[in-house]
Amino acid sequence: MERPEAEPLGASHSCQTGEAEPGTGPAEEEPGGAAAGTMMEDCLSKKIEITVSEAEKRTGRNAMNMQETYTAYLIETRAVESQTEGQCSPPDSLWRRYSEFELLRNYLLVNYPHIVVPPLPEKRAEFVWHKLSADNMDPDFVERRRIGLENFLIRVASHPIICQDKIFYSFLTQEGGWKEMVNETGFQLKADSRLKALNATFRVKNPDKRFTELKHYSDELQSVISHLLRVRARVADRLYGVYKVHGNYGRVFSEWSAIEKEMGDGLQSAGHHMDVYAGSIDDILEEEEHYADQLKEYLFYAEALRAVCRKHELMQYDLEIAAQDLASKKQQCEELATGTLRTFSLKGMTSKLFGQETPEQREGKIKVLEEQIHEGEEQLKSKNVESREFVKSAWTDIERFKEQKNHDLKEALISYAVMQISMCKKVGFASDG
Amino acid sequence: MSAGGGGLGTPRALPSSGPRALRDMPHPLAASSSEEAASELTPSPDLLLPRSFADKDLSLPNGTPVDTSSPASSSSLLNRLQLDDDLDGETRDLFVTVDDPKKHICTMETYITYRVTTKTTRAEFDLPEYSVRRRYQDFDWLRNKLEESQPTHLIPPLPEKFVMKGVVDRFSEEFVETRRKALDKFLKRIADHPVLSFNEHFNVFLTAKDLNAYKKQGMALLSKMGESVKYVTGAYKLRSRPLEFAAIGDYLDTFVLKLGTIDRIAQRIIKEELEYLVELREYGPVYSTWGGLEMELAEPLEGVSACIGNCCTALEELSDDMTEDFLPVLREYILYSESMKNVLKKRDQVQAEYEAKLEAVALKKEDRPKVSI
Repeated sequence: MERPEAEPLGASHSCQTGEAEPGTGPAEEEPGGAAAGTMMEDCLSKKIEITVSEAEKRTGRNAMNMQETYTAYLIETRAVESQTEGQCSPPDSLWRRYSEFELLRNYLLVNYPHIVVPPLPEKRAEFVWHKLSADNMDPDFVERRRIGLENFLIRVASHPIICQDKIFYSFLTQEGGWKEMVNETGFQLKADSRLKALNATFRVKNPDKRFTELKHYSDELQSVISHLLRVRARVADRLYGVYKVHGNYGRVFSEWSAIEKEMGDGLQSAGHHMDVYAGSIDDILEEEEHYADQLKEYLFYAEALRAVCRKHELMQYDLEIAAQDLASKKQQCEELATGTLRTFSLKGMTSKLFGQETPEQREGKIKVLEEQIHEGEEQLKSKNVESREFVKSAWTDIERFKEQKNHDLKEALISYAVMQISMCKKVGFASDG
Repeated sequence: MSAGGGGLGTPRALPSSGPRALRDMPHPLAASSSEEAASELTPSPDLLLPRSFADKDLSLPNGTPVDTSSPASSSSLLNRLQLDDDLDGETRDLFVTVDDPKKHICTMETYITYRVTTKTTRAEFDLPEYSVRRRYQDFDWLRNKLEESQPTHLIPPLPEKFVMKGVVDRFSEEFVETRRKALDKFLKRIADHPVLSFNEHFNVFLTAKDLNAYKKQGMALLSKMGESVKYVTGAYKLRSRPLEFAAIGDYLDTFVLKLGTIDRIAQRIIKEELEYLVELREYGPVYSTWGGLEMELAEPLEGVSACIGNCCTALEELSDDMTEDFLPVLREYILYSESMKNVLKKRDQVQAEYEAKLEAVALKKEDRPKVSI
């Protein structure tokens, strides 16, 4: 089986560990979980442990030489073997900022169009409710982003194909000159044309039903998760209000207990419980925010899925155009050769009006056309091959993604339910007390 | 001449309102008066008996030891009440119920009447059973009569008389039911009261077919009772209020304040909970919609959706319970406290009159020698 089409430029693979062909779907071994440690044999993540352990505020000068504040994240990598030997060797580490992560991801998107590339945590805080800050410098936001970035790196490292990418590896290990390295691959050009293509409107005559359905699914998924996140934010807001008002009881009960004798202890205790209850909402909502982040990941994943479908559409369209082009050239050739005019053409008319061309001229034209036809046929062949390969590898990755999604979301939903139940239990205890 | 000389230190305790007599009464706020009431109420047992401040040692300056167990508390009272509970079936001989609200539409007005059923073995009643219809006005009349005729007793409160038209629907099921419960509690407390239950107005209220005729009769006697109007107005200048009553007064002031605050907070909580409920109702179905898109995930998603639905129902019940059970009790105790404060005011007034009379006597005594024979 041939290699998947796009070899990243400048990548001379060294991370070959005799792994199975990417196309056989390592997903069969384990449903692709995100947690570190449940990875497939072949992947980078089995060999090195990756963490984004710290975040730091920095000031610097930006491209326009203006002062700016940004957050830098510390990426630590450590070889897994060194742990099992009982010694903990110090990790290698380097600092990266969010924009560099973005650069990495764009690079991957361009060079692996058949892969559902893991998403980054959100660029700006969205779906916030009143107590959450929308400020990117807010410590809670930074903390959640740190976790999201770590998750991103682990997902990439766990993917059987992209984990082998040299640029990705350098991102983790080479602090200086990485940006230049990426830009030298020339992916930016491709990036621009890719974006254009993604947004273009065109109609495919014979769309692949599977991809059409999948694209439709990804649209619906994006829509439903967005809706869910919006409503959840409102629910969180209201719940916060309910808990906090209960806190007002605390003070009144306390004051009341002061004028009572036998009832005093009971009231004090009740007041205390109310205070505890009101205070508990902060932790509860923080946990919920983590759940929201898990949903957001799949919201963005849906976008990546859609991009793969779009890419396929584009290829299909390309193919159809190429075939059409070839067909019309062939026809032209035939017409010239046989001298019959089947379709209206300006040339035909002019030759009718101004006289036929000389046989030499005709011969010349036929020859040119034949060359073009030959080229066209070659191109069409290779495009077909490309397309088939794309479909195969894309579909493999899509299956892998589906399993991963089902597994992750199931876990997320279950732990969400467990969290809600334990929250209600706490309330039960408070009111019994 | 010192008007405050002689035995004018602290006025002697007036006989009928001595602490001893009060103590012997089971307190109207006590739980035992109706078991039904106890089961309807959800607050903890502690709330049913307002506790006393007075565990300090008090005694009147003239040496009379003051029983520190004030009417509102004391574990001995509680024990006595619990004993009463055990003998309930045997000692109670008067049972009253309020139910069956009906709307009456007349040309002049629309109002609600309630059926008042009485079952009794007492000799004071001609028949063993009675069933009459009464409206709120009648209850109000009864309460006023009781206050007039037993000024030293604490009369249980009635639910609020006035409701803001346009804000509260006087004929809504909820409102009528809340009121009915409160009226029922009111009559039961009187029925269980060893003194008030023998009051003749109470008897008539329970038995008369035509209460209005009796009411009119009573009006003629108003002039005699005219003094009662004086009782509630104004504050009286006293030499010194006995510590005990001063303490009760202070306690009540704070108590009412705190209850009022709790009422407001509770209402606010209910409001916030309802707003939360609105959002929750939108939240659950989105999971269902998502479930429709999925295969493997359909089940867990539907599960979450169903759970959220359950939460909505439970929350609704919680809010309803708060409104129906918790808030009325708060309001009842606020009304009770108002009654108690009125009683204290009356006591103040009587004390003031007594002091004034003593002063007058002292003055006359002084004048006597001047009258030469």
